[in-house]
Amino acid sequence: MANDPIHQFHITKLVPIEIGGLDFSFTNSSLFMVATVAAAGAFLYMTTASRGLVPSRLQSITEMSYEFVASMLRDAAGSQGMRFFPLVFSLFMFVLVANLLGMFPYFFTVTSHIIVTFALALLVIGTVVVYGFWKHGLGFLKLFVPEGVPGVLIPLVVAIEVISFLSRPISLSVRLFANMLAGHITLKVFAGFVTSLSAMGVVGVAGAILPLLMTIALTGLEFLVAFLQAYVFAVLTCMYLNDALHPSH
Amino acid sequence: MADRSSGNGGGEPRGQADDDLARRRRDLDAAIAARRSEKVDEVAGADRGGKANWGHALRLSSEFISAIVVGAALGWFIDRGLGSSPWGLIGFLLLGFAAGVLNVMRATGQVAEFGRRTDRTED
Repeated sequence: MANDPIHQFHITKLVPIEIGGLDFSFTNSSLFMVATVAAAGAFLYMTTASRGLVPSRLQSITEMSYEFVASMLRDAAGSQGMRFFPLVFSLFMFVLVANLLGMFPYFFTVTSHIIVTFALALLVIGTVVVYGFWKHGLGFLKLFVPEGVPGVLIPLVVAIEVISFLSRPISLSVRLFANMLAGHITLKVFAGFVTSLSAMGVVGVAGAILPLLMTIALTGLEFLVAFLQAYVFAVLTCMYLNDALHPSH
Repeated sequence: MADRSSGNGGGEPRGQADDDLARRRRDLDAAIAARRSEKVDEVAGADRGGKANWGHALRLSSEFISAIVVGAALGWFIDRGLGSSPWGLIGFLLLGFAAGVLNVMRATGQVAEFGRRTDRTED
């Protein structure tokens, strides 16, 4: 078990719940989702509780994350997009905190399961489609018909555009899931080399220094990836929401 | 308010002090605003370039592959529904390939985003 790099992704039932033949068990994944929401919520609430005119360090982290997401959304979708700020900010904080919590040893990484990231991506695309149709009616379908295309080519171009649109939730979810999964497996494999090499005597201990250095470097890289994936997820959410707000320019 | 606490004599200096304070706060605001704008510009310039580039690099492969997967899946379901195997799979796989190329060119800013004529600056 110690050297099994996949073992960290196992889901275990903590509180088995079954309603109407469906499995609603509270698993370790659910536990860490609750922990993520609680940690993010508590951090944001407690750092802004005092609301100093001159912010403390923690308060300025909260303010920076607000500014960061707000400017990202304004750049991508204009000031009209700010009505989606709660959605984008919640998604960004959830993914970021879930990724960072996953960096603790023995913690479960929620975002390393594709069903979780796919549900988040479906939430984004669902919002885009529902809001687009609600706001623009069938005019939203103009999204799939670029201007100035010759009539003969329209069926082909529309088919390509539809596939391109449908690929968005897939690429959004697979990117986050694959990066977290691959990163954690790599980390575990290199850390496993350290233990198995150092079991081989003096030469092994000397040789174990190399994978140890690699593990340290990878840990730093994983922190970067944890932040970048949350950033990419939020940026793409903003860009997709922009399509719902302005389907044709 | 000043009258009640310290009579007529106290009102005048207190008012002056308020004016003085307001003026100093205005000056401070202006100084902070001037300093912040240049600092933010510097930081944003360097920082955003780095983050945006990393973001792009991480996007490209998944954009390409996901379109091919979606095309193949669509073709497979159409084949199953209409019994036209394997032509739906072949056709939609090729369409998916085209959509993947389109996705990548969009992600690198070489093709305008959905339904847009003019090329926006990326992200």
